[in-house]
Amino acid sequence: MTTYRFTCIVCPLGCSIEVDVEKGRVKDVKGCTCPRGAEWAVQEVTNPQRIVMSVVPVDNGALPTVSVKTEKPVSKDRIPELMEFLAELRLEAPVNIGDTVAEWEGVKIVATRGA
Amino acid sequence: MKTKVAIIGAGISGASIARVLSKYENLEVHLIEKAPDVGWGVSKANTALIHGGYDDDPEKYPTRAKLCIRGNRLWHQWVKELEIPHVWNGALIVAFKDEDFDELERLLERGRKNGVPEMRIVGKDELFHLEPNLTKDAIGALWVPIVGQIGPIPAVIAITENAVANGVKTHLETEVTGIKVENGEVRGVKTGDGFLEADIVINAAGLYADEIARMAGIDYFEIHPRKGEYWLFDDDVQGPRRVLFPTPTPVSKGIVVTSEVSGHLMIGPNAQDLPPEEKGNLATTEEGLEKVWEGAKRLWPQLPPRSRVIRTFAGLRPEPTGGDFIIRAEGEVQGFINVAGIRSPGLTSAPAIAYEVVKIIQRDLGVKLVEKSKWNPHRKEINHFFMMSPEGVNEAVKKSPAHGKIVCRCNSVSEGDILEAIERMKFIGVKTPSVDSVKFRTKATTGTCQGSFCRPKIVQLLGREYGVEPWRVTLKGRGSEIGVGDVKVLLRGDA
Amino acid sequence: MFPRIPMLSYDVVVVGGGPAGMAAAVKAKELGLSVLLLDENDYLGGILPQCIHPGFGLHYYREELTGPEFAARLAKRLVEVGVEYRTAARVIEIKNYSDREKVVVFTSPSGAYGIWAKAVIYAAGARERHAFEIGIVGDRVSGIYTAGEAQTLMDIYGIMPGREIVIVGSGDVGLIMARRFALEGAKVKAVVELMPYPGGLARNVMILRDFNIPLYLGHKVMEVRGRGRVERVKVVKVDENLKEIPGSEFWIEADTLVISAGLVPSVKKLKRIGVEIDPATGGPVVNEKLETSVPGIFVAGNSLVINDLVDYVAEQGELAARSAKEFIDGGGTESRRWVKVEKGENVRLVVPHYLSGDRDVYLYLRVSRPMEDVEVRIPEVGKKLRLPVVKPAEMVRVKLRAEEIRKEGKKLTVEVIRA
Repeated sequence: MTTYRFTCIVCPLGCSIEVDVEKGRVKDVKGCTCPRGAEWAVQEVTNPQRIVMSVVPVDNGALPTVSVKTEKPVSKDRIPELMEFLAELRLEAPVNIGDTVAEWEGVKIVATRGA
Repeated sequence: MKTKVAIIGAGISGASIARVLSKYENLEVHLIEKAPDVGWGVSKANTALIHGGYDDDPEKYPTRAKLCIRGNRLWHQWVKELEIPHVWNGALIVAFKDEDFDELERLLERGRKNGVPEMRIVGKDELFHLEPNLTKDAIGALWVPIVGQIGPIPAVIAITENAVANGVKTHLETEVTGIKVENGEVRGVKTGDGFLEADIVINAAGLYADEIARMAGIDYFEIHPRKGEYWLFDDDVQGPRRVLFPTPTPVSKGIVVTSEVSGHLMIGPNAQDLPPEEKGNLATTEEGLEKVWEGAKRLWPQLPPRSRVIRTFAGLRPEPTGGDFIIRAEGEVQGFINVAGIRSPGLTSAPAIAYEVVKIIQRDLGVKLVEKSKWNPHRKEINHFFMMSPEGVNEAVKKSPAHGKIVCRCNSVSEGDILEAIERMKFIGVKTPSVDSVKFRTKATTGTCQGSFCRPKIVQLLGREYGVEPWRVTLKGRGSEIGVGDVKVLLRGDA
Repeated sequence: MFPRIPMLSYDVVVVGGGPAGMAAAVKAKELGLSVLLLDENDYLGGILPQCIHPGFGLHYYREELTGPEFAARLAKRLVEVGVEYRTAARVIEIKNYSDREKVVVFTSPSGAYGIWAKAVIYAAGARERHAFEIGIVGDRVSGIYTAGEAQTLMDIYGIMPGREIVIVGSGDVGLIMARRFALEGAKVKAVVELMPYPGGLARNVMILRDFNIPLYLGHKVMEVRGRGRVERVKVVKVDENLKEIPGSEFWIEADTLVISAGLVPSVKKLKRIGVEIDPATGGPVVNEKLETSVPGIFVAGNSLVINDLVDYVAEQGELAARSAKEFIDGGGTESRRWVKVEKGENVRLVVPHYLSGDRDVYLYLRVSRPMEDVEVRIPEVGKKLRLPVVKPAEMVRVKLRAEEIRKEGKKLTVEVIRA
């Protein structure tokens, strides 16, 4: 059995959490003081997810790049693939905040800065 | 048929020689420098003083003693002709105990021998009148009113611009790999860019002057580096009015406290001898900086908290065998003139060294020099934003809006200043764009934030004006590029 | 006395178009004042457009936005209410002509102008500490960047600063840059933190785990060596007094050193006109109206005190605007008995410094040391606020009601102690 220890990030309390995992299944979650935290802790251990932000080059804009983010969190272990995908993008002005500039595995890549 | 002159090294000596030689119609002058810009060797980091000339013993160091005071006088003219930032504020060599006065008397006597005017010993009253915030432990001083301060690299740049305007050809980023000597006569200079024919070769190569001399078969002296470290403080820290020295000891001139030309308190240098292999060792050290701090505190006890430091840096002096300047035409290799070991008071002596070289060319090489009918001694400094009145700014933006747009906020450097600096870099042949080249021409990046706000913008401007991608712009030449590529270069596996 | 340049006239000049300045300008306009906002960059937003990570606006907009999105919302509002603003406009001098008349001189691509203003809201942000300031010695080569500069290079100009990175400082900015570097394919070799605990929020400390970045607590970077570019970095362990432990030095090979050693308010222009500065914050001493010791000059955002939440920054901007309105309408400058706010145990800094008891006030404070299960107390008025955890990196905001302040006549001591 493995015990994962980490700090919860759901709220500023930062509870110290312990999650026991045996044969790939969560056996116990200790240290949380709220249900949101417990839910996040399980997710963290079974399929950690992150919002990813980066910049993409853009032509003919006021600045050479546009900042982007994934519209929803993606699996942490697939982030390198997503970054490879983003490395191939090149945009053309105009781009508006909120525009979907690309899509990856069903996840929209959204501009957070205009060009 | 012009006599071809190759000057190796575009530091304060080489540039000064180039300027003076550019007066002559029958000389074709080439100035060779291995760095991407001029003045980046010894001239780059020193105490920036125009010394008085009392410090050099005429018996032990006759050339230094002769040329220092001469150089001091010539600088009064050069700073005006070339619009070099400078101040003539005088120096105080401070006594802390009675025995110190003996040494001061010796310096006074030596100064008189060397022809230094206006020096005298002052007592406590006058001392604090001259420098109100000097340490209260001071009991008197040697007052040398003719001492001044300049910006050393701005000086080299100004001199070079004037030399180029008067016909000197520069070869920057060009390293000398050999000297061709045939039948005891110089034929030319081998460089990374090819062979340059020359009838006269002037070795002004600073730290590497011994290596260059050896290329011509001349091997009677060695240069070893002597490192000196400095602290520079933010401009709202109060500095002294005068250049402050402690009474020198047999070991060293001592650690100096000044307000350098842009008004920042500067303390240093210490003196650390290094072996010849360490001519590239410009690293500051905790011990060296600590020594400087302790030494400076004696003269200026109100040093600010260390967090007010804006920069620490180190420079190297080229110490020659024997200690004196080696300025002569070499008998064994006709046409080869050494200008080596130009350590302190090298900056001060530089104009005088240049005229000495003229004498050597005429007297020892027998070359008759014909003056040009038209030689322009004047060179204009960039009209900096921080020197302009607001009315002046409004005049300037009529020519270009860039003159009203600030890039370096700490020092009020405008985009117009930077574009002008880039023009001048190209004028003297700077091929590789470097932030430092812009820095030394405009003062951008030398302020409170040390470039963290303006450097990215300067990089964009340099990239645009030199037609290179911004990540290939360098800090100070090849090998110091700002970035490794565009932001995705590592993901693409291209770097 | 005055330069012969075109003179403009506004009720309020706002210096700085970041979140503090924009929020102030919007509020001032909403309150009916004539406002001119000046920013030195080509775009509004200050530091926000390059902070491409989320974490902004949870309180102010009840949404978690990225930096540029937060800036764009404020900028949109700015345009909606009709605030006049100029970009590429750098204030070069503020003259305190009299209590009710200021002259602000600025330069821009169209030239230099002077502005007669009844009040000035100074929101010029902060700068970062650089390598020399934190005592790093060695070679002065390429590859040494403050975190903000590295961020500007990457996330505005699309330049990759380096491949192998050592980061000084485990505060939020350093950790966020660690993630940016790692995401874009660089190798972050280490985060070196002077204190025995990480400086940032837990959600950012998690970045170290996400990207397998070694964290050296209780260490500092002493020296950089390299020819032309950083080649290696010397790290040393420190003791509980933050002194180097001899013999504990080791080298890390890297081509980039990123310094994230804290921010310093940019207030030189205020110092020049005699504004009193608090050495603890590095920013001006202010009363509850965010007015400095020079009447008519108000300050908000990172120029006042280094903030962590942009929401508080915008709040400070709005307060400064309301105060400017009150001032212009004839309030302020009467003598009154101010209650002084003093720092008690474990409080490193607190603003504002002077309270009147006329209104409710937010106190913004930072503790010196992390602590768990504490009370923020003001003993003179019996105020107690229980908090589960406090850290120097997390600003604490405490509301004080007017009646509470009025209970005490001379001073209020703010302390943070174990519950």
